[in-house]
Amino acid sequence: MLNTAVELCEITKAFGENNVLRGIDLELYAGQVTVLMGANGAGKSTMVKILCGVYNANGGAIKLFGKQFNPATPAEAIKAGVVTVHQSINDGVIPDLDIASNLILDNLARPGGSFFLNQRKNRAEAQKIAETMGLDVDVTQLVNELHLADRQLVAIARAMAHKPKLLILDEPTSSLSAVEADRLFELLDRLRESGVAILYISHRMSDIRRIADRIISMRDGKISGTFEGASLDYEGAVKAMLGHSMTDNKIDIPEKGEAIVAIKNMKIRSDSTPFSLDLHANEVVAITGLVGSGKTEFANILFGIEKPFSGNIVLDGKPYQPKSLRQAIDAGVFLCPKDRASNAVVQDFDITKNISIPFLNRHSNFSFLNFASEHKTANQTISDLGIICQRNSDEIGSLSGGNQQKVMIGRWLAQASNLLVLDEPFQGVDIKARRDIGKKIRQTASKRATLVLVAEIDEALEIADRIIVMTDHTIVGDYQNKNIDIGQVLSKVAGQLSQSTELSAHAT
Amino acid sequence: MQPEVKTNELKKHSPQTKRKRTLAELAIRYGFLLLMVGLIIFFSLTAEGFASPFSAVFIFQSVAITGILALGVTATLVVDGFDLSIGSTATSALMLSAYVMVVLEMNAFVAVIACLIMGAFVGLINGLLIVKMKVPDLLATLGMMFLLIGLQRIPTEGRSISTGMTMPDGRVTEGVFSPAFLALGRHRFDFFIDNLIPVSVIVLLVIGFLVWVFMELTRHGRLMYAIGSNQRAAELAGANVKRYKILAYMISGVLASVGGILLAARLGRGDIASGNNLLLDSVAAALIGFAVLGAAKPNAFGTVIGALFIGILLQGLTMMNAPYYTQDFVKGAVLVIALVFTFALSRRKGTH
Repeated sequence: MLNTAVELCEITKAFGENNVLRGIDLELYAGQVTVLMGANGAGKSTMVKILCGVYNANGGAIKLFGKQFNPATPAEAIKAGVVTVHQSINDGVIPDLDIASNLILDNLARPGGSFFLNQRKNRAEAQKIAETMGLDVDVTQLVNELHLADRQLVAIARAMAHKPKLLILDEPTSSLSAVEADRLFELLDRLRESGVAILYISHRMSDIRRIADRIISMRDGKISGTFEGASLDYEGAVKAMLGHSMTDNKIDIPEKGEAIVAIKNMKIRSDSTPFSLDLHANEVVAITGLVGSGKTEFANILFGIEKPFSGNIVLDGKPYQPKSLRQAIDAGVFLCPKDRASNAVVQDFDITKNISIPFLNRHSNFSFLNFASEHKTANQTISDLGIICQRNSDEIGSLSGGNQQKVMIGRWLAQASNLLVLDEPFQGVDIKARRDIGKKIRQTASKRATLVLVAEIDEALEIADRIIVMTDHTIVGDYQNKNIDIGQVLSKVAGQLSQSTELSAHAT
Repeated sequence: MQPEVKTNELKKHSPQTKRKRTLAELAIRYGFLLLMVGLIIFFSLTAEGFASPFSAVFIFQSVAITGILALGVTATLVVDGFDLSIGSTATSALMLSAYVMVVLEMNAFVAVIACLIMGAFVGLINGLLIVKMKVPDLLATLGMMFLLIGLQRIPTEGRSISTGMTMPDGRVTEGVFSPAFLALGRHRFDFFIDNLIPVSVIVLLVIGFLVWVFMELTRHGRLMYAIGSNQRAAELAGANVKRYKILAYMISGVLASVGGILLAARLGRGDIASGNNLLLDSVAAALIGFAVLGAAKPNAFGTVIGALFIGILLQGLTMMNAPYYTQDFVKGAVLVIALVFTFALSRRKGTH
């Protein structure tokens, strides 16, 4: 029987009113690679951050080899034997130093060390670490001269210098090629044999197949599935991660209007299958797919941020080839981007100013702002979307996440559009705001085509008349949201499983 | 459902905590202006002759050029940039105007236009370096600063320009500063008292007003603030970020050259040694402006008040016979206190 290395018991964590972790029970075993899967916002990274001492859990207990484990800082976690290699490689190495210095950096930073460097001794020590890791490099080389894979291996070697009991790897192959990844896996095989518990976060099926002893799926702040045994159920794991719990609100599909957007023979990449797609007025279409399925690229094409390999778009009867976002907006194609904190919210502005940003033209005469019209629009938006605030001049930062998101969506509803694209509109939003937002989007959809990009099937079922599945940069499924066979949709989403091709090399 | 939620919200802010918070906010908001009023009263009582129209005008005049440059810095700060080249742009304008009139023997109008074009061009290059070449703003404008300091000395081989000087090729200059140009620096308008208000003060007030209008009342200013706060969000809302950033550096360059023109008109010669303090003084004024009215952001009104604050302090201290070398120390102390006001006390933003 395997030793339990780490045991998580009823771990909860909330940010404000947003419950990110809702009771995580999880055991990790020594000498085993446990793969953690979960869509964006499932709570993976929050859980990892609790394990490595960045956040404190609100409730629950963690045990490390039977002992209570409550790291207050990352340094404490490392000392106790929980070492994390983060997704961005350069967080783990210092590119301007040589490999030797990188490998023994933590010794250098330890208080009480000698004042002067003993280069020869340090190099010998680093060489020893490198050898035990099977890392065949010249330790005097600078890290920034190395390939990505070697850098990643150095980062892991550095982590190993702490003699970890639990090693956490967050998407370590996201920037590696298949050959480079293989070297990483060989190293992980050796670590597994030496009895380290490994928690491996990834979306790449090829990785998971190669390395996993066990798969844990996470969804909505909970463990939604555990898969182990001789033949791992990959498809089951993906389904558990995307999941689906019966939603109570039924969608009444309205009569759809004329086609507003017609996409013909679009090839997103040179090697992807072409597809055609019509988007109609009075129709809310959800596109769903895993990270790297091509959703984001498709949205970028609609806004002139990227160019498709081939194909054309007709908007309202006229050819549509935007060269910039401004052109797209002027053509009535609006994008409400995902990740509002970095892509949408202007922290220094109040609610009113945040709402009016894209359409200041309409609120000004000869460039001079018309504050009255601005306030009118803001008040209208606040009451339409039920934004809870004291007045329209409240700081945007004083609102809850759900209300901030309502402001961001209200920004784009303030003016009529031909096509409104909402990228992950339910990200970081509580259930009530999510309902409000969904309802508002459907209510206002009569004159425009509406496209919603979501990772979770549930969200698609909740908002859309029609659900489109994207895989490998093309459309693989198109369903009316009525008596829909969810199992079939999920299989299409997980379609990448059947082909052992590389998932996106830039899955983030 | 809704009213219920609203009463909940209200409960959270019980009246008492609310009042406390507004008191602290009042202190942050008006603290700096109160400090300035206190300073004026203090100097009026202790320094003889401080409370007179001439003293007030002298203060205004002493800060006019710094203030104009500081308004340029403000424009770049608004888009989350920085312009270190304003001081040398101003001295370049000083030398260029002298060169145009004294060496090339052209009139005041040509000199002014040449300076303004030069300022705009410097700003354009700064903007392109930052936006297109991706050079960090501090480094790009630092490079431009060195470049201009050197460039302005090349035509005269490092000599100051004045009528009757010998050029490197042996020619003796015969041009003069035209009276119209000198009037920019020396004419005083009547205002209740004859010959009271100098042109530079009027220019400061007009430019300050224009920059304020542009930043607060037009959509361009609004978008520039948006860019300064969250560039990515502004871009995704359709703002042409690159163009606005370049515009900010061009405003900065043009205003710096206006400052240089006024300085040249006051001195009446192309003095290579003047204008050394312009950069630091104007940056200080713009940063002090953050603290005025608790704005916690670059703003035109605050910048002018910031410049005046330094002017009042220095004038008062001078009239109280404080030695000249304490001036920089005092300026530094004011700047540090203002920055504490801005960043420590009014840290209410971005907490979520």
